[in-house]
Amino acid sequence: MAGRGGSGSGMVEGALWKKWLYFYIPLFVFMVGTLFPFYWMLVTAFRPDGELYRPWRAVNNTPFWTTHPTYEHFVYLFQQTMFGTWLYNTMFIAVISTVISIFCGLLAGYALARLRFPLAGSIGTSIFVTYLVPPTLLFIPLANIVRDFRLGDTPWALILTYPTFLIPFCTWLLMGYFKTIPKELEECARIDGASRIRAMVQIVFPIATPGILSAGIFAFTLSWNEFLYALVFLSSPQQKTVPVGVLSELIRGDVFFWGPLMAGALLGSVPVALIYSFFVEHYVAGLTGAVKG
Amino acid sequence: MAAREPRSIAGGAGGAAEAASRLTVAPRATARAAWLGQALENERVLGFLLLSPTVVLLGLFIAYPFVKGVWISLTNATVGNPGAFVGLHNFEKVFHDSIFRQATYNTFVYTALATVGKLALGMWLALLLNRHFRAKRLVRASMLLPFIIPTVLSTLAWKWMFDPTFSVLNWSLYHAGIIQTRIGWLTDPTMALMSVVVVNIWRGMPFYAISLLAGLQTVSPELHEAAAIDGANGWQRFWRITWPLVLPVTMVVTLFSVIQTFADFQLVYALTGGGPANSTHLFATYAYQVGIVTGLLGEGAAASLAMFPMLFVIVIIQLWYIRRVEGA
Repeated sequence: MAGRGGSGSGMVEGALWKKWLYFYIPLFVFMVGTLFPFYWMLVTAFRPDGELYRPWRAVNNTPFWTTHPTYEHFVYLFQQTMFGTWLYNTMFIAVISTVISIFCGLLAGYALARLRFPLAGSIGTSIFVTYLVPPTLLFIPLANIVRDFRLGDTPWALILTYPTFLIPFCTWLLMGYFKTIPKELEECARIDGASRIRAMVQIVFPIATPGILSAGIFAFTLSWNEFLYALVFLSSPQQKTVPVGVLSELIRGDVFFWGPLMAGALLGSVPVALIYSFFVEHYVAGLTGAVKG
Repeated sequence: MAAREPRSIAGGAGGAAEAASRLTVAPRATARAAWLGQALENERVLGFLLLSPTVVLLGLFIAYPFVKGVWISLTNATVGNPGAFVGLHNFEKVFHDSIFRQATYNTFVYTALATVGKLALGMWLALLLNRHFRAKRLVRASMLLPFIIPTVLSTLAWKWMFDPTFSVLNWSLYHAGIIQTRIGWLTDPTMALMSVVVVNIWRGMPFYAISLLAGLQTVSPELHEAAAIDGANGWQRFWRITWPLVLPVTMVVTLFSVIQTFADFQLVYALTGGGPANSTHLFATYAYQVGIVTGLLGEGAAASLAMFPMLFVIVIIQLWYIRRVEGA
């Protein structure tokens, strides 16, 4: 039974070595390849400096492990850098820009999925096209605009620009979701005297909760991951986000503080990884929904 | 259209009701509220109202910057100086720059190799994950980690693994007897470009795998069983059954990923910073170097706009393909 049901599984029946060769070994290699960098991040973060900076051919009895785990890199991170502030900044920016994007995406997605009005088609297409515009195309003029609006070096520079790549995604995901909700539900409510807005907010939006969750989690991880705008629009250390802070404050010239760097990378990944692990299914739905959109 | 008629009639009736309410002694505020309520029942008004926050934000931070970017690329603006109109001078200057040419070459090599790698490995992983085995959910969830962990942070782990002196990869390969001298993962120009490609494949492959897996799950197992009974082997069944059926998903995923890869910035910035000796610059890192680090905004804007024709073509293909699939 175990070998059947999937594509290309018929040949595995009978010969166990074939199942190992075509399935377990490749899957194991994929697992190791995918996860090793994270494992190495973890080991490095807890390794004392003496073990980290050892010539590459030196005798090494515990190459992939450490017998002297230390917290010194984490202590350094919180005492010598503003890592706590960066974490807070990243969280604040990611949460607010996600909320803004969900709000805009809900309204726009509903309008495009349900209402008929002139230009609906072309507005929908333009929103889809902005989804495909990479931030690297616009960062130089945007830096000017952010400065003109006096938003430079404030979290609002990012909170207002992140929605440019989050809203299109949220809109398309939620629009697809709204289309699956039967119109009759709203029409019943409207016959009972509810206004269109009321039917939208009280009937349609609650049913779309899984879609909202998917879009929200996806948007949150995207904003947590964003780097270029944060690098260009922010300059003072106390305003930075985790990726920018770690990269710019823990690498000085050619000197890499690998212990604190990996400790920072680890801690900076934990919030997204946690949220992701709680909502894996929603995340996957968002990912595949975005592709279908 | 049929669905529209009753509503416009309802709108007309609403107008009459509104007029009636004005005739009575109802206070002005109530009349205004009623008028507003009626307006919101109108699909045109409501449609534009609901779209306005999105349109304003996207207009302000996508459309306006785009126009402004084109303008800046035609001026000799620097930081703090709006500059004067110089025509196509910046483009001319950039196209004659050997580093820009190197960046153009790199971008195409990087996009091509990384896309092929991600597609091939992603498809393979999707096929593996499409089978039933223990702890499948856990395996699938952990496979997506490279995609959700902030790229710069995971790239730093790779940079540490590629370290010229303390590379764990060199250590392992040496002790396995595979290499005698260390590999300069990021110090040799050709090797550095390959290393950047490898990290991009590592990061992007899960996105392909999970999206393609969603496509594979719609392929009916009966098709495979029927083909197997007819004597088709695994390879034939993949190319004749699976591949044509997941082609639409594959196309959309690939086109989307090509755009992201082509316009990539953070991975290269964190791993090599464009080095050694400018051998790994992409359009975006070059534009950053010229526009932000050096402060030549005009040239930087021109360099990043150089991506536009290619992006435009991909977007057109994407739109055309989606229309075709939806139309079919």
